[in-house]
Amino acid sequence: MNIYQNPYNPEKIKAAHKLLAELKYEIKPLVKGYSNQTLYINVGENKIGSKPVDQVMKDKFTGGRGFNMKLLWDAVTENTKWDSPENEIVIAAGPMGGITQYPGTGKSIVCGISPLTGAPVDSNVGGYFGPYLKFSGWDAIELQGIAKKDVIVYINGDEGIIQIFEAPEEDTNSHLIAEQMCDIFAENEMDMKSIATVSAGKGAENSFFGCLNFSFYDRRRKVARLKQAGRGGLGTLFRHKNIKAVVCKFSGMNANNNEVDDLEKIKDVGASYHRELYKEDDKQCDMRHVGTAHLVEIMDDYDLLPTHNYKFGADPRTPKISSVVWREMFTQGIPDGCWYGCTMQCAKCVDGYILQTGPYKGDTVSIDGPEYETAAAFGANMGIFDPHFIVEANFYCDTYGIDTISFGTGMAFIMECYENGIINKEITGGYDLSFGNGEESLHMLHQMARGEGFGKTVGLGIRRLKKLFAEKYGADPKFLQDIGMECKGMEYSEYMTKESLAMQGGYGLALKGAQHDEAWLIFMDMVNNQIPTFEDKAEALHYFPMFRTWFGLQGLCKLPWNDVEPANNAETDDPAKVPAHVANYVDIFNSITGRNIDKHEMILQSERVYNFQRVFNLRMGFGTREHDMIPYRSAGPVTLEEYESRVERYDKQLLEKWNWDPSGKTLEERHQKTREFREDAYQKLCDAVYKRRGWDNNGVPKIEKMKELKMDLPGVLEVLNKYYN
Amino acid sequence: MKVLVWDKSKCIGCGTCEQTCSKTWFKEENRVKSRIQINKTENGFSGNTCIQCGECILVCPVEALTRDSKGIVRLNNKTCVGCLSCVGFCPTSSMFVAPDEPIPFKCIACGICVKTCPTGALSIQDQPDPLEKVFYRRHF
Repeated sequence: MNIYQNPYNPEKIKAAHKLLAELKYEIKPLVKGYSNQTLYINVGENKIGSKPVDQVMKDKFTGGRGFNMKLLWDAVTENTKWDSPENEIVIAAGPMGGITQYPGTGKSIVCGISPLTGAPVDSNVGGYFGPYLKFSGWDAIELQGIAKKDVIVYINGDEGIIQIFEAPEEDTNSHLIAEQMCDIFAENEMDMKSIATVSAGKGAENSFFGCLNFSFYDRRRKVARLKQAGRGGLGTLFRHKNIKAVVCKFSGMNANNNEVDDLEKIKDVGASYHRELYKEDDKQCDMRHVGTAHLVEIMDDYDLLPTHNYKFGADPRTPKISSVVWREMFTQGIPDGCWYGCTMQCAKCVDGYILQTGPYKGDTVSIDGPEYETAAAFGANMGIFDPHFIVEANFYCDTYGIDTISFGTGMAFIMECYENGIINKEITGGYDLSFGNGEESLHMLHQMARGEGFGKTVGLGIRRLKKLFAEKYGADPKFLQDIGMECKGMEYSEYMTKESLAMQGGYGLALKGAQHDEAWLIFMDMVNNQIPTFEDKAEALHYFPMFRTWFGLQGLCKLPWNDVEPANNAETDDPAKVPAHVANYVDIFNSITGRNIDKHEMILQSERVYNFQRVFNLRMGFGTREHDMIPYRSAGPVTLEEYESRVERYDKQLLEKWNWDPSGKTLEERHQKTREFREDAYQKLCDAVYKRRGWDNNGVPKIEKMKELKMDLPGVLEVLNKYYN
Repeated sequence: MKVLVWDKSKCIGCGTCEQTCSKTWFKEENRVKSRIQINKTENGFSGNTCIQCGECILVCPVEALTRDSKGIVRLNNKTCVGCLSCVGFCPTSSMFVAPDEPIPFKCIACGICVKTCPTGALSIQDQPDPLEKVFYRRHF
């Protein structure tokens, strides 16, 4: 358990609650994975209501992210901005969410109009909230409006009561409020696992990097642990609505809360998958002991670990932050799944850590993570190869409700700007923000949470910073565009893409911004050379984004799909797709819903929502080719320093790949020619992908495509007709 | 710690233990629901029953599996959420799952099958207590 120097008083917190609204409802058993209704809450008007889910909604949107996008579309107009009262946070599990027999089935998907991008964003997260919400009778929850004072929304799925409280006394920061909700709403310690809390923190209030923390109570550690819906600033939106927490209580967990069609089949598939993990994980990714942090040294080996704001892909200091270190720091031998039955258990934890800085200095805490992204962002990208810094910053980012990816990539950008003289100590408030400066970076983090100093400025995000630095400090906008690692306003996650054109598209063509969850094609493309032509890459950039979208529709985690593979996977026709696991998913979906889809219908389910979301982007003023363009740092060497660091590779490529002889040419000429070839290749990639996806050459879905998908809904056609006419 | 021990040299594969077990715990004679499984092999029979090693305790997300005061690993049916993690991670594949049973089951060395075994192939024996394998590096 955590030990605080200034303990809180749950009784005092509870006594200060003032009931603003209440709804009692009848709890009905689920029907084959669905509750068939969604919950609507308006915290501005203190309204609580329900909306039915009909068969048409299920056929077109499936669930999860699909339901979220449909509800969000209906809630907003083309003029809605992220801070408009009608903007919503929508949270859903999916029809497969909450089964216990198969790993990675407890994900919630969160959507809203993003403070960072201005467009719809989706972010997936573990913890217990999504499944508990569904088992409490709701396939999704919409949170609309802006409360006048801080509120808590409480869903009591045991008794069928929903309440909105004024909540002045709770802490805002997540590690505290998640525990406080357990103290207040659980019957006793045994019951604390029945409490799932969504919260953000002070950093979400004061920056655009806000993430949402979804809790799950760890009975062994006696800590309310936190998983993050990190991307897109949804925590900022949450706090803008003056919501301190959304809490769901559900204590009736059993083996079949989803009331599935065929439990026996799910048991068979689940038991054999657990066995596969048992036999293979230690030999493959070792997820059970080090989680996603196993990737640190692999990325370094392949020159893919973003170092110093993505200038380089490897560093001799990487062993200091490799999985060997994390294996030691993580407590071993405890089930670390963020949902019941996840034996992949990548939610690793550093326990008994005494904080060295900030408002909780001296407190002893358990810290979730770091995961690969955080270790890579704080360690290599910011050049701070110190695991203790990484853990400390990880804790504070989480509790402050700050996305570690946006913070890390944002700080890396700041550091490069600092080293280039674009900003200086006068601007930063006296801080030397060169690469490698951990102490100063923690000052920035704490300032960001307090909404003070240069730390607050950093929290604007790279897109807004580029504008600020150009306008206020006279920086070269072109250089800032080249090195500012954001696309659509979202900071890049932590992979180097210079040598993988397909992965450049994986980031640039992702609907929500520069996140790798749609496609991770670097090994297929760069290492194994399995997709050499533009058409091959386009096919991969069709299939994988659609396949991975399906996880979001269903309430699933991506990791059990390919972070362990069957022993004979390499012998199958299409190893990159992991066919046996795809078959598992199809079997489980059918066993839950009683339907009879195949792997092709699976992709169609995704295509419907994916294309709907692309049109949604267009509706909000984005969703065209210009918004898919990427910073050159992700495609090639921006500076001569970068070119020289891999000079043999680049010169060889000029000759062999582009048929342009570099001999006798100056470094500047070779550097410039490399840029021309690479930028041209990205445009050709876009052409090929748009064609494959059934979009026009500007990246807009064709009306025929929407008709073919049966997604030619009146609102969709209105947007497309406006564009095409 | 008392553990059920199967003696390969004495087993004739009659299935009496399996029938006794399933009848005792599930009120039906159905070997699929037995907590001891005897299977025919090329060289006779193989017997599969829990050795009370406790590996399953470490993977149970809800602490439904615990070791009792006698060292026997027991599953609390009311706490179990049927995730089957223990089934997949049992080193000896002795955590069983059967049709129509949402949660798994295992041998608790009750000894009833020992009494009905016609050849004395089963016995309850004292074994050394297992080492505690969970290591909590720091306090929680």
